[in-house]
Parts: sequence; C-alpha cells; structure tokens
Amino acid sequence: MEKITFSQAELERYSRHLIIPEFNIEGQRKLKAAKVLVVGSGGLGSPLLLYLAAAGVGTIGIVDFDVVDESNLQRQVLFGVESVGQPKVEAAKKRIEALNPHIQVNIYNTHLNSENALDIIKDYDVVADGTDNFPTRYLVNDACCILGKTNVYASIFRFDGQVSVFNYKKKNGELGPNYRDLFPEPPPPGLVPSCAEGGVIGVLPGIIGSLQANEVIKVITGVGEPLVGRLFLFDALRFETRVLKIAKNPDLEPITELIDYVQFCGMPDEEAAAVVKPVKEISVQDFQKLLDEKADFQLIDVREPHEYDIVALDGELIPLGDILQNSNKIQKDKQVIIHCRSGARSATAIRELEANFGFENLYNLKGGVKAYAEEIDTSLPIY
Amino acid sequence: MSKVIIPTPLRKFTNQEATVEAAGGTVLEAVNDLAGQYPALSKHLLDDGGNIRSFIRIFVGDEDIISLDKEATKIENDTVISIVPAIAGGSM
Repeated sequence: MEKITFSQAELERYSRHLIIPEFNIEGQRKLKAAKVLVVGSGGLGSPLLLYLAAAGVGTIGIVDFDVVDESNLQRQVLFGVESVGQPKVEAAKKRIEALNPHIQVNIYNTHLNSENALDIIKDYDVVADGTDNFPTRYLVNDACCILGKTNVYASIFRFDGQVSVFNYKKKNGELGPNYRDLFPEPPPPGLVPSCAEGGVIGVLPGIIGSLQANEVIKVITGVGEPLVGRLFLFDALRFETRVLKIAKNPDLEPITELIDYVQFCGMPDEEAAAVVKPVKEISVQDFQKLLDEKADFQLIDVREPHEYDIVALDGELIPLGDILQNSNKIQKDKQVIIHCRSGARSATAIRELEANFGFENLYNLKGGVKAYAEEIDTSLPIY
Repeated sequence: MSKVIIPTPLRKFTNQEATVEAAGGTVLEAVNDLAGQYPALSKHLLDDGGNIRSFIRIFVGDEDIISLDKEATKIENDTVISIVPAIAGGSM
C-alpha cells in the first residue's frame, strides 16, 4: 500500500480520532485508504454517508436510482428542501463533499442488479447495505460472497432494527456467516407488508445507520470486535436490545453466481403480474365521471384506519387483512370499486374475493387515492 | 411456560403483545401452542406442512435453534424464545 499522508487541514479535522490510543494515525490512514460502497442513500444511507464522510473514509461510492421526494425528509437527513426532485446520488454527493472536501465520492445513478453488481462492487473493500427490499438484499449478499467483500448489513421496519457484519474474513482466515446463513429464503410477498403499509419511525434509521457506520469503521481499521456471527436487534418501542448468535448453516450451497433476484423473491414485475391474474380496472377520470353522474356503485377502501384519517374518498373502510371475513358487506348486484393508496393492495383484495367468493363486479381504482389526488383533486394530501 | 418475544411486524397478530407465554417442552410444541393461541399468527410461523418457515429464525436464549436441536430443542419453564423475521427496510 502506498504511504498515506495527511495535509495540515486533514490532521486538524481528524484530531479527535488521532488522540484515541487504539485508533491513532494508523486507523486514520486505513480510513483514508479505504473504499466503501453504500447501497441505498435513503434512511440508513443518510447517517452512513454523513458519518463515513466525516470520519474520513477516502473513497465512498453511492448507488441509488431514486430522486428525493418530500416524504423522504422525515428521516433522510442527508437531504434538504432544496434537494427535492434531484437524483439522490447527486444530492448526496453534494452534501458529503460539502462536509468533507478531502474525500473522493463516486456515484452510480442506477438500480443495482445482477448485470452491474459485480462490476460496481469489485472496486470497493467494504459494502454497507442500506437498501429497502429483499431482492437487492440477496443480490448485495451474494455479490459480496462471490467477490469476498465484507457486507455490513442493517435493516429496519417500523420500530425494529437489525445489524450484523456478514462475510467477514477473520485474521485466522475463517469466514463469518452471511445473510443466507441467517435467512436462506426471503418471505413470500403478501406475508410482509409493503413499504407504504409498513412505515418507519423517522429516528430509527438514524440510530441503526449510525451503528452500521460504526461497524464499517471497525471493519476498516481493525479496531475492536466487529459484529461478526452476531445479530444485533433493537426494539425502539420498548427500548430493548439483544445480541443473538448467528450460526453458519452447514446445508447452505456455496454462492457462485448471481441469479434473478426479483424472481427468487417471488415478486413478479407488473407485466408478469398482469399475465398471472388481471383484475378489472377503472381510471380515476372514469371514477370521477361516475361520481359526477351520481351513479349507483359501492366504494370500498382496503387501507388501514390511520391511512383513512390522512385522506379518504369516503369509501367503506375494510382493511385488506379483514376483507375475506367481511365479504358479505360487498355488493354483488352492482359495480363495486375497490381502492387503496396506489392500487396494489386493492388488486390483491379483488383477486382474493374473486377466488374465494366468485365476485365478477369488482373494479380496481387504478393508481388509488394517490392518483386521484395527483390527477383529479389536487387539494388532497399525497402520502 | 416459556416466554416468547414477538417482533413488531408480528405483534398485530398478538393483540400488540410484545411477549407472550407458550406451553410445551420443545420449541415446536411452544410454536404450535402459540399458533393455537393466535390463529392469525400461524401462517407467518409455520408452512402448510407445519414446519417453521425459512424466513423466520427461532432463538432459544441467544442461540439459533439450528445450532441446537432445531425444532426439537428442549425448553424449560423460564426459557426465553425469540422470533426473528427477515425485514428489508432501510432506504425507504
């Protein structure tokens, strides 16, 4: 490794690291030499990127395909009002370069997928996974296993957080467990709530992403005991923490190539889903016509009560989880329009009602209350 | 009775209870007892064949039952069982 040196300005900036005996300038050199790829620059990515940049990680890569949305600002503290509408990677780069001009920031404004993952990850030493979906989690894990990179993992849901360090090679050459040792297979869709249904308390990614950043720094510098073979759990509601042991799964097949992760996670894309089982749809414009004509139809809202409180189209509220038990409340002799926030849950409701009770008069409000608020009544809030 | 810690995503099936008690001398008996007490929880814990689902990990104390006797792992009266589901959120 070429000799890493620091300017006067850098020495001043990092002085609180340099005076920690077990960290000192050696630790700082390792940080400056390190290349860390942060996948996802949202809730977890925000504290990760801010702290890794502030700490002086020499090269930081950021992968994200998204643009900053108003609803991100509740927890994605990397961004401000002026970032709304900008690609996240560009807003993130600007923010962390303003925080630390001594680092190199590489951005990838793209979906990480099986075609590009190995190529992007290969240039980095450590990956920090802050994504928000199972296909990308398995992709990041498998790519790290193939390339021999440490994967510092964190995940959140509502009030729960998880952290671990996967695929870490110990000094004796022994390889720690990876994500598939813990969860060999993802949950099938339908058994986990979607992001929009799930939600997350805004501070939680700040807490968990900061712990993740700390593990990244430990892995790079070799200071302390990284969270290898252990799973940290945080329950923010009850303020309970636990550290559980992760065992290596002897039945796990070695990971040698990347696969189709969307298919692996059973998440058919929209086209495939339409081929599987199309449901009848009605556009928000045609729905508005029915309202204007005072047509005789029934409107069912399958969201949760707290969502109804945010915005409602005055439909009868029957949450998706209760829909089959309440099928007797749904008319069979006239048009029934079912809606949710964006149209996914209502389509599921229609499929279940059709399969179990033979309904033929159910229509999905395309785009849900979100599309209605965007295209018909712009005075309504969008969430 | 063993004490079972329910993660937040599954608490809507246990009337928002974070810890519940389950009877049984093995992990599988306790999980079955839990599924009996909270029928809506059942499909999230057990597959159609009655096996614990692969995206749910069960820990007895701090040990994954995979490194003990799996579903047949014996439990005592005051054993703490943790149910840990895969969660994916982060950039959301």
